[in-house]
Amino acid sequence: MASDNKPKAVDPAFTKSVVDAGADTVTLCFQCGTCTGSCPSGRVTAFRTRVMMRRVQLGFKDDVLPSDELWLCTTCASCDERCPRGVKITDIIMTLRNMAVREGYMAEAHKNTARSLMKTGHAIPLGDAFRKLRETLGLDGEPPTVLTDKEGLEEIKKIVKATGFDKLVG
Amino acid sequence: MAEYALFLGCIMPLRYPGIETATMEVAKALEMDMEVLEGTSCCPAPGVFRSFDRNTWLALGARNLALAEEKGTQIVTVCNGCFGSLWEVADLIEKDEKKKEYANSILKEIGKQYNGGVKVRQLAEILYTEIGLDAIAAKVTNKLDYMKAAVHYGCHYFKPDIVKKIDNRERPKTLDELLEVTGATSVDYRHKNMCCGAGGGVRSRAKEVAQAMTDQKLEAMKESGANCIVDICPFCHLQFDQGQSGLGTSFPVIHLSQLYVMAFGLDEAINGFEAHTVPVKF
Repeated sequence: MASDNKPKAVDPAFTKSVVDAGADTVTLCFQCGTCTGSCPSGRVTAFRTRVMMRRVQLGFKDDVLPSDELWLCTTCASCDERCPRGVKITDIIMTLRNMAVREGYMAEAHKNTARSLMKTGHAIPLGDAFRKLRETLGLDGEPPTVLTDKEGLEEIKKIVKATGFDKLVG
Repeated sequence: MAEYALFLGCIMPLRYPGIETATMEVAKALEMDMEVLEGTSCCPAPGVFRSFDRNTWLALGARNLALAEEKGTQIVTVCNGCFGSLWEVADLIEKDEKKKEYANSILKEIGKQYNGGVKVRQLAEILYTEIGLDAIAAKVTNKLDYMKAAVHYGCHYFKPDIVKKIDNRERPKTLDELLEVTGATSVDYRHKNMCCGAGGGVRSRAKEVAQAMTDQKLEAMKESGANCIVDICPFCHLQFDQGQSGLGTSFPVIHLSQLYVMAFGLDEAINGFEAHTVPVKF
């Protein structure tokens, strides 16, 4: 089974595409693991920030973009703040997630959140119980946001069309 | 328009509206000139929308900033998510001409423009640096000396701390001091500076992972002898308030604005505690 042990090919093109997208500090990582040691998500999952950075350096695109791990970061930025090499880790993860979404890797739950934003201008809906509670508190049932500002909501819809977000989410 | 414009966001007005009324009443009590910024949308949330497409996140954030610019006011947030997004969008546009050009090329489609310069603030930081602990202490009529609180800062309040310069990320103190001025005690606990677990789109995509992080914090709070949680972010608030059934804890979750309503002797009905999953009782 020697062929199974063949090392995976390094793909500099993927690394370059990440660097070109603005995540140039990924090349500075020297694998100390401070990020992994600082990661609250890594404490409870198999997500290893250091490994993610190494995979990008080696260009292992297929281990990165489709992975669930990529979406386990809470963006708390503890790793960024402690990285002795100034690697902007959260920013790199954002770049990778943007690339993953463009390649079609987007969870249904996230698509629904995105659709809510495009439809209402907010990430979550307003239910009857909360509308009533707002009134009990002396507030308008619907807050004075794009929920009541129809012109404002049209602006949101134009923006997501202009950036191509509507097509991206589908 | 007033000096400060309260940015509503999503979770506060749509899930914990009591934080909204509490914030306005506390601002009034502290003689802050504050109104609600109308016509805004989602900030847009940094964990989800920035993860999906940074251009859209930037453009929608710039629209919210443009609304404040038109009115010549500062933005005040009581949510670390809104604070994180709006602060970072403003900072990016300030520092990167290309980002500014892009944002304005999109805003042009809706007849708007953002020129820059809008200050984005977190209420806790304004209270600490501008209003001051002494002025807050002078308003305290109900000593909350029965409260032993586990304070939760959240992530986007002070990080990145080198540029935000609000507090020290490893040894923050602003929220502890803002709490203790009411007579309550801030209890030290393991994982105090750790994330609540909800951010980054983790709550919506992998709720059990978010919960596992929350459970670590709750376990540590239990060990510490705390009898409540005090926060400055409606999303962390939701994560703690709705995430306690598994461990069987019942820490009331109180936003700083709601805490001051209690300490200042204001009408507690405006805190809207009926929206809370864990009853707020001691």
